[in-house]
Amino acid sequence: MKFHGRTIVGGSAEGVALVSVEPVSFYGGVDPETGIVTEPRHCIEGENVKNRVLIFPRGKGSTVGSYVIYRMKKRGVAPSAILNSETDMIITTGCVIAGIPLMDRFDEEFFRILRTGNLLKLNASEGWVELISNLS
Amino acid sequence: MLGGEYGPAVAKSIELLVAVGKIFEAERLIPIESAHVSGVSYKNLGDAGLEFLEEQADLGAKVRVKTTLNPAGMDLDRWMDLGVPEDFAVKQMRVIKAFKNIGIEATCTCTPYLIGHVPRFGSQIAWAESSAIAYSNSVIGARTNRESGPTTIASAITGRTPLCGYRLDENRAPQKIVIVNAKLKTPFEYSALGYLVGEKVGSAVPYFKGIFHPDLESLKALGAALATSGGIALYHIEGITPETLKFDDEKLKGLDKIGVDEKDLREASIRLSSEVKDPIICLGCPHCSLKELKHYAKILKDKRLRRRLIAFTSRGVYDQAEKEGCIKDIEHAGGRVFRDTCMVVAPLKEMGWREISTNSFKAAHYASSMGIATYLSAAEHVLREASA
Repeated sequence: MKFHGRTIVGGSAEGVALVSVEPVSFYGGVDPETGIVTEPRHCIEGENVKNRVLIFPRGKGSTVGSYVIYRMKKRGVAPSAILNSETDMIITTGCVIAGIPLMDRFDEEFFRILRTGNLLKLNASEGWVELISNLS
Repeated sequence: MLGGEYGPAVAKSIELLVAVGKIFEAERLIPIESAHVSGVSYKNLGDAGLEFLEEQADLGAKVRVKTTLNPAGMDLDRWMDLGVPEDFAVKQMRVIKAFKNIGIEATCTCTPYLIGHVPRFGSQIAWAESSAIAYSNSVIGARTNRESGPTTIASAITGRTPLCGYRLDENRAPQKIVIVNAKLKTPFEYSALGYLVGEKVGSAVPYFKGIFHPDLESLKALGAALATSGGIALYHIEGITPETLKFDDEKLKGLDKIGVDEKDLREASIRLSSEVKDPIICLGCPHCSLKELKHYAKILKDKRLRRRLIAFTSRGVYDQAEKEGCIKDIEHAGGRVFRDTCMVVAPLKEMGWREISTNSFKAAHYASSMGIATYLSAAEHVLREASA
């Protein structure tokens, strides 16, 4: 099954989906040394974003979040790709400077069908995401 | 530029501006005349930001337009007097060095327009720092969006920005009318008005009626507060700001109106203000102008302060104030004037601060969110109350 979205930062990736229904703040919300989500009571608190295809509606919080994404990439704990419903300047900036594929504005069924644990393959430059296996 | 013929830093910067342009549906990049970069305090940047800036400098990034810098987390020379920890100071100096290597002037002020960085009316600029954005858009009539640290750096080293938002005529028109039914006298009252209106109109463009003869200091305070509680980047004041001539009654017809009176302003300051016992008086958010420092010096002349007073300003203004003798008068009364930093971006907790009093709603907003109890009142009032 293939979904189409808007390319913001190109590149290709493969990884296991981690889906958050809530916006994500990288500054203060994710540990830049480990990739673990630390924001208290967040729906993916305790999960590790490292090498995952991270899916969430949009960014939130301080613009310093862009630098946190960059730092995570340098430490090897960044997501392999980020997929948003409607992305914003913080996430866009972070993905460009870190070199992480970023897409948004998917087909309607995208967020209904995808679940944490799905294996995904994507090519952001070409604007598609493929569901390889839905084992979760 | 994207092809890498100008080096990797330029290529990366263009990639960033194109991506940001895409999310705001800009049709192309346009040239800019100047940039002002925020995200300077190590308190906010942390090691993540420091690493990014050092890498940019190592890649050979150089600015192509006049570029100034927002306040740092400390006075770059007198950080010890401020009580800033040494490990913080070491990291902060690395941040400044990286910016200097990129060719950015280490002005370390939120009021670049007071020290010679004054854009022309109508010019396209890429400025960060919400209060300076509000001032340059509204009072000067230059054009900038609410830029971030990384986008202003990218614009500075490419000389480009995406054409969108407040750069276009159609997005600069008033969206809400604010009728001011109060006689505003001090910058403190303008700060209260800005905070209140920012809460009510969010990120719309307000058009003020009923404001007469504001000085530069009042407009500086108004814009800073509007940008703090709301996301306001542009405001107009009838008969005062330069673009209002374009908006006749026909264009204003049909816009929502809100009224603000003296009672509303008093309530706003009571709401944000907390009780304090022995606060440090903090003035200079945004950074003090020469007129403000002269005014404080005059109030304090031959007086003695019972509390700590710290005024924050830029180096440019400090040097003028020193020549005019007002630094000496303020210090003689027991106050201090620091440069390069302020109560919003300095590591107040690590400096051991617990309570402040200030005339700035912006400072009160951020200090309270850092857990510092803040009392709000006019500068004249807090200075007179604390001196004899």
